[in-house]
Amino acid sequence: MEAWIIILAIIVVVALFVIGIYNGLVGRRNRVDEALAQIEVQLKRRHDLIPNLVNAVKGYMGFEQQVLTAVTEARANAVSAGAKGVAAQAEAENMLTSTLRSLFAVVENYPELKANQNVLDLQEQLTTTENQISFSRQHYNATVLDYNNGIQTFPNVIFAGMFGFTKRDFFDAEPEASNVPNVDLSLS
Amino acid sequence: MAEQTFYAQQSANRRNSVLLALIVVALLAVLGFTIGFALTGDPVGAAITTGIAVFVGFLVSVGSYFGGDRLVLAASGAKPVDETTAPQLINVVREMTIAANVPMPNVYLIDDTAPNAFATGRDPEHASVAITTGLLQKLDREELQGVIGHELSHVRNLDIRFALLVGVMVGSVALLSDFFLRFTFWGGGGRRSRDRDGGGGLQAVMFVLALVLAILAPIAARLVQLAVSRQREYLADASSVELTRNPAGLERALAKIATDQEVLEVANRATQHLYFTNPIKKFEERSTSMFATHPAIVDRINRLRVLTGERPLDPHDVAALADLT
Repeated sequence: MEAWIIILAIIVVVALFVIGIYNGLVGRRNRVDEALAQIEVQLKRRHDLIPNLVNAVKGYMGFEQQVLTAVTEARANAVSAGAKGVAAQAEAENMLTSTLRSLFAVVENYPELKANQNVLDLQEQLTTTENQISFSRQHYNATVLDYNNGIQTFPNVIFAGMFGFTKRDFFDAEPEASNVPNVDLSLS
Repeated sequence: MAEQTFYAQQSANRRNSVLLALIVVALLAVLGFTIGFALTGDPVGAAITTGIAVFVGFLVSVGSYFGGDRLVLAASGAKPVDETTAPQLINVVREMTIAANVPMPNVYLIDDTAPNAFATGRDPEHASVAITTGLLQKLDREELQGVIGHELSHVRNLDIRFALLVGVMVGSVALLSDFFLRFTFWGGGGRRSRDRDGGGGLQAVMFVLALVLAILAPIAARLVQLAVSRQREYLADASSVELTRNPAGLERALAKIATDQEVLEVANRATQHLYFTNPIKKFEERSTSMFATHPAIVDRINRLRVLTGERPLDPHDVAALADLT
């Protein structure tokens, strides 16, 4: 009789322990999803802004049409990469970021573009979206690190696979991001 | 590590806010009792003034906790702005809220050419950030990011709550002391002699004590205000750089503000500790003294330069400071 009570108690304790681990992992995974959703909102906003910018500058730019083509292509790639997973998406978005940088650099050479209020507004909106993406990416990567640590450390690792928790990818910053030459986009 | 400093700072601010509220009540009680005894000459009268002082102190504390931010904003002439009226400012604030992981605060502009900024509120959900039009005009985007990062660090660390209560403490202690000093000066003493003779000696002692307290208490209260705010400024600068990952922006912003000659007209002694840099410029010149609410700007710049491994500036080298801008 007493033996049964002890066994029952052990089962209950183990069950509570496993429930605790499971709930903790679900919480972390939800934070990762939420952080990714936040990035996606901003990526979408950037994708929507780019055609406006391209249209606004198209008429002024004579020789650098290939810069505009590069931006448009990079945007199309980034939009379609949305369905291919975080790693592919990050790569396409980084490509888009660098083409945008070269577009902004070219805009600097056109005084009439730099004086165009519409272009300035679009440039400011793209700059802020860009910054929001990079801050959200930091946040997302931090939540991914926390979640991956959660599913790979003992004892969680025993149950993580069982419950279908799989490792998530980081939204990688561009390799050279830490020392990019600072293109001055300030409007002052 | 950074996470730990920020959580530690948050809980320290929660604890210190409660502690400070208790100290304010105790200080007001002592002041109220001695002043009451000095004026009426009997313990019942003293008990009544003590009660009034504590009650008023309590009311003012609760009032400032819930409405102090609106009061400070109104006193500074701050006007709310949104995407249409100040798009770049709102954008920069939104970027930094993502980095600091705090809700979007209310954003205000103060119509003043002196570049400065402050944050206020009781917690991150009820926070406001105000900057002057001078700051918006004189700083570029990266510099603005540094300043907003600094202000949002105050919000995230709950420095804003503590600063509100500090303002109340300094204000109410000064108010009570002023009241007593003026009262005795304008012939409060005449009524004393009409009172019963009992306790005359004690009353005289209390009178002197009240006089001394009325003079010393506001000074002591100000020293607390000053000491607690300087350390926070260094921490908020470091947190700002951690958020923007761009020490150069904040460094340039500080250098620009240090070399700016304008004086912020809307700031006063009760609100000066809230600002990004000390708004009362004359004071700033000898700000290494005990009476400064802010560290000298050169000190702040040098702490940032140490972070990035650059050579610190000579505090007396004005040209080097101007070169940074």
